[in-house]
Amino acid sequence: MPLFVPPAPSGTSFTTPRPTGPVPHPAPIPADRLLHEDTIPGGSAVSLVVRRHTTLRLTALETGANVSFLCFNRAEPIDRYNMPDTLKGQHTAKLTTGFMLYSDMGRALFSLTGDTLGWHDPLGGHDTAAHVEKKWGAQNYQNARNAWHRNSRDHFLIELAKHGLNARDLVPNINFFSKLATDSEGRLSYVPNHARAGDHLDLRAELDVLVVLTTCHHPLDSSPAYGPKPIMLQIHSTPPPAADDYCRTYRPENQRALYNSELFSL
Amino acid sequence: MSVLIYTESPLAPADAAYRRVIPAGDFWMHEIKAGQTLRILDLEGNQAADTLFYRATDFRERYSAQDTIRENGGIYLTTGTRLYSNELRVLAEITADTCGRHDTLGGACSCEANTLRYGHGTRHMHSCRQSFLLGLMTWPGSTFDLNKRDIPANINFFMNVPVTPEGGLQFADGVSSPGKYVEMVARMDIVCLISNCPQLNNPCNGWNPTPVEVLIWN
Repeated sequence: MPLFVPPAPSGTSFTTPRPTGPVPHPAPIPADRLLHEDTIPGGSAVSLVVRRHTTLRLTALETGANVSFLCFNRAEPIDRYNMPDTLKGQHTAKLTTGFMLYSDMGRALFSLTGDTLGWHDPLGGHDTAAHVEKKWGAQNYQNARNAWHRNSRDHFLIELAKHGLNARDLVPNINFFSKLATDSEGRLSYVPNHARAGDHLDLRAELDVLVVLTTCHHPLDSSPAYGPKPIMLQIHSTPPPAADDYCRTYRPENQRALYNSELFSL
Repeated sequence: MSVLIYTESPLAPADAAYRRVIPAGDFWMHEIKAGQTLRILDLEGNQAADTLFYRATDFRERYSAQDTIRENGGIYLTTGTRLYSNELRVLAEITADTCGRHDTLGGACSCEANTLRYGHGTRHMHSCRQSFLLGLMTWPGSTFDLNKRDIPANINFFMNVPVTPEGGLQFADGVSSPGKYVEMVARMDIVCLISNCPQLNNPCNGWNPTPVEVLIWN
């Protein structure tokens, strides 16, 4: 009998049960586990690989930060974060501790192992040059040099192109540190200054993951002036998820998504 | 439950230029010219019609769920909703709706997602993304190689996926019933790809996938 068998399908439900008991709080990173640390200015972009079983911590350095975020299975970038699968599989319209980011091949790319904020936006998409110009006017490089107005769409296309990807790979993104409230009629409203300086979240990679992120404004940010905020990015080594791991046991779907990632890594 | 608004269409089926019944588990892919009206008719009720739109001349421009909900200010699609592309242009606009609410957060089922949602025993059951892929791979108008990269988040017509103010998301009982329809006018030349959902493992089809009909008026 093979040792590596799929988990039982029992436990799937169509409601929204959540585990009881304490939610793990992100712990300080021990100095000997820290592999990389970088500060990303507001309005910028970065693409990087986060290796399996290392954890990416994102920290808001100022109140009102936003990180527009995409991720791909590094070995096969056609296998990528999928918003609908992530939301319907976990019966959620927000992201916080316990949830996983699923790929469109049924695999866990990241587990959200810690979060000080409680709500990150998977719905709002990303801003474009047109959004920025409409709210805050155009400010080109010729006139403004490094104070020019930048947007996530252009950054995403540039960073994707560095990895042989293009607009066909620009799938629905996440906005970490931002919140869109939904009322009973389904109307959306942007919550200003949702993240405070120091808020952070931990993303444990369950495969080698290519991350593309920007620090541009949320597309519905209504700030009176253009002024995207900086973030800190840290990568540290973490143990593989144990059998009783909080994210693995958060929902039966997560257990099976993690199994699919482990199968990919055999 | 929030208020659902129903809008009837003045168009008569007898005047339609095109009619086609799509059995459950089949796909339908068809070009719709700017100004033409597409109706999707839920023949037997509670049937999810998983739908994508592409600009006819360049499939890199396609329906965008995030841009659509943000630019319309709400997550449910109904009469008056403009369906946006990833280039923030209007592909089509919903002009009539006797169902009252449609989903664009729930996406389409796939064999791989079925394994995590329902267990690995469902791996070989039929799913919408199999139909989408076959549609894309056999579309004669394609000017470049289409593949899974070209499946964005779709619309689920006739599906009810309410979001709570606390951020929960549920697959609720369908709000559709036999004879309900949704109608949209194309604002540019578009290609519509529908997978009539074969899913047997959740309530999106009332546990019983049934045919839908598409009608087009000039």
